[in-house]
Amino acid sequence: MAVFNLNINGKNVSVDVDADTPLLWVLRDELNLVGTKYGCGIASCGACTVHLNNVAIRSCVTTVSSAESAAITTIEGLGEDKLNPVQEAWKELDVPQCGYCQAGQIMTATSFLNKNPNPNKDEIRNAMNGNLCRCASYNRIEKAVALAAEKMSKA
Amino acid sequence: MKTRKKMTFSRRNFIKTSALAGGGILIGFNLVTACKEAAKPPVDISKLNFQDFNAFIKIAENGYVTIFSPNPEIGQGVKTSMPMIIAEELDVPWEHVTVAQGDLDTENFERQVAGGSQSIRFGWNALRQTGATAKQMLVNAAALTWNVDPATCSTSDGIITNAKGESLHYGEVVNTAATLDVPEDVQLKSIEDFKIIGKDATNVDMDKIITGKPLFGLDYKTEGMKYVCVARPPAFGKKLKSFDDSDARLVKGVSEVVQFGDKVAVLANNTWAAMKGKQALKIKWVSDAKLENSELHDVELLKILEGKDVVVKREDGNVTKAFAEADTILDRTYEAPFLPHNCMEPMNFYAHVSKEKVHLVGPIQTPAGTANRVAKLIERDVEDIHLEMTRMGGGFGRRLYGDFVMEAAEISNLTKQPVKVIYSREDDMTAGIYRPASKYRIRASIKNGEITGYHLIEAAINGNMWAGIASYFPAGAINNYKVEAGNYRSNITTGAWRAPYTNFLAFAEQSFFDELAEELEKDPIQLRLELLGKVPNQTDDPNTYSSGRMSGVIKLAAEKSNWGKTENEIYQGISAYFSHNTHVAEVADIRMVNGEPQLEKVTVAVDCGIVVNPTGAKNQIEGGVLDGIGHAMYGDYSFEEGIPQDSNFDTYRLIRMKETPVVETHFVESNIAPTGLGEPGLPPAGGAVANALKAATGKRLLKQPLMQSLRKQMSDFKV
Ligand code: FES
Ligand code: FES
Repeated sequence: MAVFNLNINGKNVSVDVDADTPLLWVLRDELNLVGTKYGCGIASCGACTVHLNNVAIRSCVTTVSSAESAAITTIEGLGEDKLNPVQEAWKELDVPQCGYCQAGQIMTATSFLNKNPNPNKDEIRNAMNGNLCRCASYNRIEKAVALAAEKMSKA
Repeated sequence: MKTRKKMTFSRRNFIKTSALAGGGILIGFNLVTACKEAAKPPVDISKLNFQDFNAFIKIAENGYVTIFSPNPEIGQGVKTSMPMIIAEELDVPWEHVTVAQGDLDTENFERQVAGGSQSIRFGWNALRQTGATAKQMLVNAAALTWNVDPATCSTSDGIITNAKGESLHYGEVVNTAATLDVPEDVQLKSIEDFKIIGKDATNVDMDKIITGKPLFGLDYKTEGMKYVCVARPPAFGKKLKSFDDSDARLVKGVSEVVQFGDKVAVLANNTWAAMKGKQALKIKWVSDAKLENSELHDVELLKILEGKDVVVKREDGNVTKAFAEADTILDRTYEAPFLPHNCMEPMNFYAHVSKEKVHLVGPIQTPAGTANRVAKLIERDVEDIHLEMTRMGGGFGRRLYGDFVMEAAEISNLTKQPVKVIYSREDDMTAGIYRPASKYRIRASIKNGEITGYHLIEAAINGNMWAGIASYFPAGAINNYKVEAGNYRSNITTGAWRAPYTNFLAFAEQSFFDELAEELEKDPIQLRLELLGKVPNQTDDPNTYSSGRMSGVIKLAAEKSNWGKTENEIYQGISAYFSHNTHVAEVADIRMVNGEPQLEKVTVAVDCGIVVNPTGAKNQIEGGVLDGIGHAMYGDYSFEEGIPQDSNFDTYRLIRMKETPVVETHFVESNIAPTGLGEPGLPPAGGAVANALKAATGKRLLKQPLMQSLRKQMSDFKV
């Protein structure tokens, strides 16, 4: 075991875990940040998506040791005081069904819109294609990303 | 004056009230008992404790209402729609209602959850009566305060008004109401007075979901709890011979390794250590039963389709004679593979077996049955079992089975500590309870341009369709009609998967009717409507199949999809099916782009009676349709030597956003009691796509996954 210093949602924390522990399990088991979900463990579903220096990554295949010097944002840190435009759009369009995949969807959408604030339909569909939703709430996710872009452009 | 429905029923046996220490009233009722169609009142009311109730309405002195729902959420929206029905009859503004689950904040009343996800269909009357009873108590209290006859008082938006125009809000009378008897005679609103039902209400867990709050089974933890991964036999037909856990015990964080039955559990201080520990186990497995291949299943199922060992599910007229006299016979065989459920949240459960009690927490659809099985397994009184349900990251039928709860209880019982069993995705997919592989052979005889005979045989692994299914369309429309079914017993575990049986039967039947229409040179919608016209209509029972309501959804789907009037490059396919008490028709639109079919849109018409929460209802239909399309097009699961061939999403294909069409949902306007929406959108979807693919490509696909079949038929087609 070793001590790792992490910066999560603007706070510095240290954890004592094995170096090969995926960031996902550090967040969930050690830090009680359970909003980030486990779905596959092999970077195939997107449920575990978090931001590393504002870029969406799969925390299930990112070791804690490789996340040390980065700013990590999880769903809990996204709209701490007030919902961000993506979360607002999700709420407005009543997107979730079971809800399990939605934190990952929101994290992917947020980082995508930061890079491309004015996407067209195909760009949205491409960007979100890596995030599985077993309940198939895809129609609403697609609409919500477009709505979030609109909200961001007005803000 | 509008007609009001007067109902007398014994509420006393279902409802109990209590004044709350800090002011306000708590009304307890048993949703599960109340929701059974022919509910028997529980024993002696004086012996009834609040523990026997599982749902509560709390009305505070400020008039705000909290509804404690016992219903776990699988994703079907019942946690929102059921409280809406109570609030409607209680006559409070929806904005004044909070829905809570599992966090009843009084020390006096321990919450014991006893019921599974009861559908709207069972809940409708009970929930309305409960809300109306609570309202009547408040009215009685106000009448007492004013010393007037309760019948002269009326309510609106949480305010009671008397004949003189004086008014009191609910909060002002709750303390008086708590001292009154529960009224037995209450009136339900008339449907045209509904203010909440029929309006969009956002999912009540929305804020928690989008901000990542703990909600799901996997999120639950307690101090000192061990994380557990379990090694299970890698093939159906194998059992444990011996194992060496010396390496597993060396993994940092692993605290214990125990065997139970044919499984080995690794207990650790975190999930990662438990996963690594499990991988470090060296286990010898031996076969103790046949190791089956999917090819064997194919061969055996085809034998059944020849008529071997089948039982008759329904028979009208004389099918043999009709076929003997036919001008033409259409004979087709449809095939579908096994399917895993793949709930997004893998199976998991928490258990803490102690001397005092057995505490179980997690996502399960059948808590009462599961509690009984756990009690038996670890030899405890069922009264010792306290089972709490969490929100579920999908169910699709998988969480009806409590196998993972048994595992958690057994491990905790053996090791005497709180444990949380966690399935990796690989565990979840390979230790499944699968949708059985199945095949249908359908034949029809045609004479003088009329369908004279219809004969369907079902061949499925382990189980067969319920008798009722044989009486849906086209039963009654064709004089000589026969449905038979047979199964092959396999040691691969199979079970309910979203819309059991009909999830594939609908595809077979609705593809077949498309071919029949072609054969008879009729429009496929016209043919269906003609046949439905021959079946006597029944509309009074909302839960039964009705040819009239079926025709209604087909016509609505035709109208909304511009059937037959679309632009040139759009090819359409229709499919309609009745399942889980709801009638649904779907039209799929495919556009050919550079010689490749692209699914653009599915127009859906639904008759589910009254739509309680339109946004939630549409969400269910959208999900069901896309789920049906995804599995029909891509879903494929097979076994070699008893070993499941896919174990994660890298090789197992689920539908993704780029493949999804737009789903446009329309509801038939109705005043009939509501039916469920979790399943019925799914069964027609595969047929609509297959029929549209035929129109677009000229290829008739009989075998799922459709994209694999299409690829075989169109070598130049890239998927
Ligand atoms: S859990 Fe990380 S991508 Fe699926
Ligand atoms: S909402 Fe259930 S998996 Fe996406």
